[in-house]
Amino acid sequence: MLRYIAQRLIAVIPTLIGVSLLVFIAIRLVPGDAIVTMLGTEAGMLTANQRAALESYFGLDKPATVQYVTWMGDVLQGDLGFSIRHGKPVLDLILERFPVTMELAFVSLVIALVVGTTLGTLSAVLHNSFIDLFGRLFALLGLAAPNFLIGTLLIYVLSVYFGILPNAGNYVELTEDPVKNFEQIIFPAMTLGFSFSASVMRTTRSAMLEVLGEDYIRTARSKGLRSRTVITRHALRNAMIPVVTLAGVELGYLLGGAVIVEQIFALPGLGRLTLNAISQRDYALIQGATLFIAINFVVINLVVDLIYAVVDPRISYGSHK
Amino acid sequence: MLPAKGIRFIVIVAVLVMTIGITAPAMAQDDSNMLIMARAVDSTGLDPHTQTAFASLRMLELVYETLVRTDENLVLEPALAESWAFSDDGMQLTFNLRQGVTFHDGSPFTSEDVIVSIERILDEETGSATRSNLLSIESMDAPDDYTVVMNLTLPDVPLVAALSSINTAILPSELIAEGDPSATVNGTGPFMLESWQPEERTILMAFADYWGDGPYVDGIEIRIVPDESTIMAALRAGEIDFAMLNDPLIATLPMGGSEAIINRAPDISYHVLQLRAAVEPLDKLEVRQAISCAIDRQQVVDVAALGEGMVTGPLTMPAWQVPLDELFCYEQDLAKAQELMAEAGLEEGFELPVIVAVAEPPTALSEAQVIQEQLRAINIEVTIESLEFGVYVDRWLAADFTAAIALNGGRSDPYPMYSRYFQYDANFNEVAGYIDDTLDSLMKQGQVETDPEARWEIFAEFQRHLAETAPWIWLYNGYTYTGQQPWVIDFTPTPTGSIFYLSEARLDR
Repeated sequence: MLRYIAQRLIAVIPTLIGVSLLVFIAIRLVPGDAIVTMLGTEAGMLTANQRAALESYFGLDKPATVQYVTWMGDVLQGDLGFSIRHGKPVLDLILERFPVTMELAFVSLVIALVVGTTLGTLSAVLHNSFIDLFGRLFALLGLAAPNFLIGTLLIYVLSVYFGILPNAGNYVELTEDPVKNFEQIIFPAMTLGFSFSASVMRTTRSAMLEVLGEDYIRTARSKGLRSRTVITRHALRNAMIPVVTLAGVELGYLLGGAVIVEQIFALPGLGRLTLNAISQRDYALIQGATLFIAINFVVINLVVDLIYAVVDPRISYGSHK
Repeated sequence: MLPAKGIRFIVIVAVLVMTIGITAPAMAQDDSNMLIMARAVDSTGLDPHTQTAFASLRMLELVYETLVRTDENLVLEPALAESWAFSDDGMQLTFNLRQGVTFHDGSPFTSEDVIVSIERILDEETGSATRSNLLSIESMDAPDDYTVVMNLTLPDVPLVAALSSINTAILPSELIAEGDPSATVNGTGPFMLESWQPEERTILMAFADYWGDGPYVDGIEIRIVPDESTIMAALRAGEIDFAMLNDPLIATLPMGGSEAIINRAPDISYHVLQLRAAVEPLDKLEVRQAISCAIDRQQVVDVAALGEGMVTGPLTMPAWQVPLDELFCYEQDLAKAQELMAEAGLEEGFELPVIVAVAEPPTALSEAQVIQEQLRAINIEVTIESLEFGVYVDRWLAADFTAAIALNGGRSDPYPMYSRYFQYDANFNEVAGYIDDTLDSLMKQGQVETDPEARWEIFAEFQRHLAETAPWIWLYNGYTYTGQQPWVIDFTPTPTGSIFYLSEARLDR
């Protein structure tokens, strides 16, 4: 098991180098640098000497290869660089923003899993019933309606009909005031969770339908087990494998920052941090943040693979005796 | 089968999870004397000499001050200088400074701070874009602590107006000598910067020793809410006291039962279709004039900006504008446009590529689309290229376009507004794509003419000449928008978008 983990982690290194190189090159190929994005058209009023002074301030005066090698060297020592825009080390910024993204990701994942598996299971068990129809409609809507629409509608309904808007840019940390924090996180999490619960619902439903047709379910029923026991203990657990895969992939995406939802609900998460860094050509921050997101993704994939072994005892990563 | 009880339990849990929080009570504003404000875009930095983004300037105008300021009617008024005067030959500009002013750290404001600040802007190492407006300053003297004399290379009349930009803010000389103005803020303005978390919030606290009126609030909390419709929702819900809004389509949304108010002031920035006369076939005068005649400017305002704007010529400042009927083809005239196209030998039309920045301004794409439709009448096929803002600016600066929809900044004085575009060897003449002797000479006369009436005539002629030669097609100027609750009183909006008058605002919750 440990050996498997070690092997997987080693295989990650070329992936991360690839990601960092790709981002490094891509962001420099985009026209407009930090000076142009800071000054806008006023950048054209600078003399050559003024421009040179600013380039050296932003660290743009060195050749790209030198910039990359220096940056990589720093990264290996745990230094992701310095964001001039924020006046802070990149790692500090990421660690500041990551809890917001993580909380949003987990709450929306919980919502999606609870709603999705519940509806999916009900839909499968009560196949072709009214609840099944409702569940399928819910899934259709959830998959079709984009986040920005749901988020904006939610904000509209909350502010116009209820006269509240829990987060108008005054995000409160979980440790500071858990109740207020929950009020601020729940609506964006519902927005994100809605569309994701739709895919969870569909996956659960089809997996359950398949499992419910299996021989061992009939055996379990014929043993006289209660319907609830059969469904929860025998069917659901087996139907969960594709859902775990789905949840893992989704969590990976969510931890990269839910850009649109963070933007609409003014949450200071990783997605907004990265988006702003891109529009301001904050190279150090873009590189640091994408590297961090890539590491997250890879680690979550690994964790998901390990969870398989728990959900399905037939899968094992240990050396077979 | 699940027993009915089980189903009910699961359904209740699901519904609970989905609705929890909706029942949360509305959070009433407490009776604090902090003004809570929201805006979509944050400052990009703290150094007033190098920051040029509107969002940065709006914040810096609350903490730093300049020698002179423009009021809500764009009239110059004293700020750190109580009075100023040109010498008879116009070669010396003397400022009498206000006494008893202190910086936020308590150190006194003197003539040395003025000289060191202006020298910092003039120093190329600083990288200040506003340097180009101050090049007529040859040297400066400080006869005493409260007098500064600027020795000029020419009678530079618009220099005083240039010194009203927050880009010429006065910093304490110690900060320049020993500190880092991009990290430390120490101004003389009504508010002190308490904290700045980029893209999250800025806290400004009232400066108790401020020399002027106010401030009457304890401070201002500026929250960054990236989506303007969320800002409007927050305003409706009473979660914020004040908001800065940019998109006219959002600012004009109905308030839905809320008592919040939207203030608007005519903006001196102008929306324009920049043509580059350096590129064929726009090098033909008739073609540019035909485009000018074919465009229905009022329709552009009505369709692209929902009527939120006024058709304008080159100058947007009311005191400087000539009546629109004195400008060439300001009423759409398709027959004349077709005639001009025929004169140019281009009845068949041509393709005109137009670059547009995505959401900068929010109406840009719609403006281009309306013009695309209008120019079809004279067989000009407009192709629209939407670019991300950074990419757009890059192409614009490199003059790598044929035509562009732009929102260009206005000034209280016409000279600094256009000196960068329409003079030989001006920084942006290549971008502007057009120059002739008349324009160049009018600009040069306008810079040094000291008689106000004669100066007005020069710039009236300048406007007529620009409309006639149509290097660009000026469309309209919009409004600057701020939203506020009824309990925010005594705030005055300005045509520059400055929210400096929050220093005079009170909260009557």
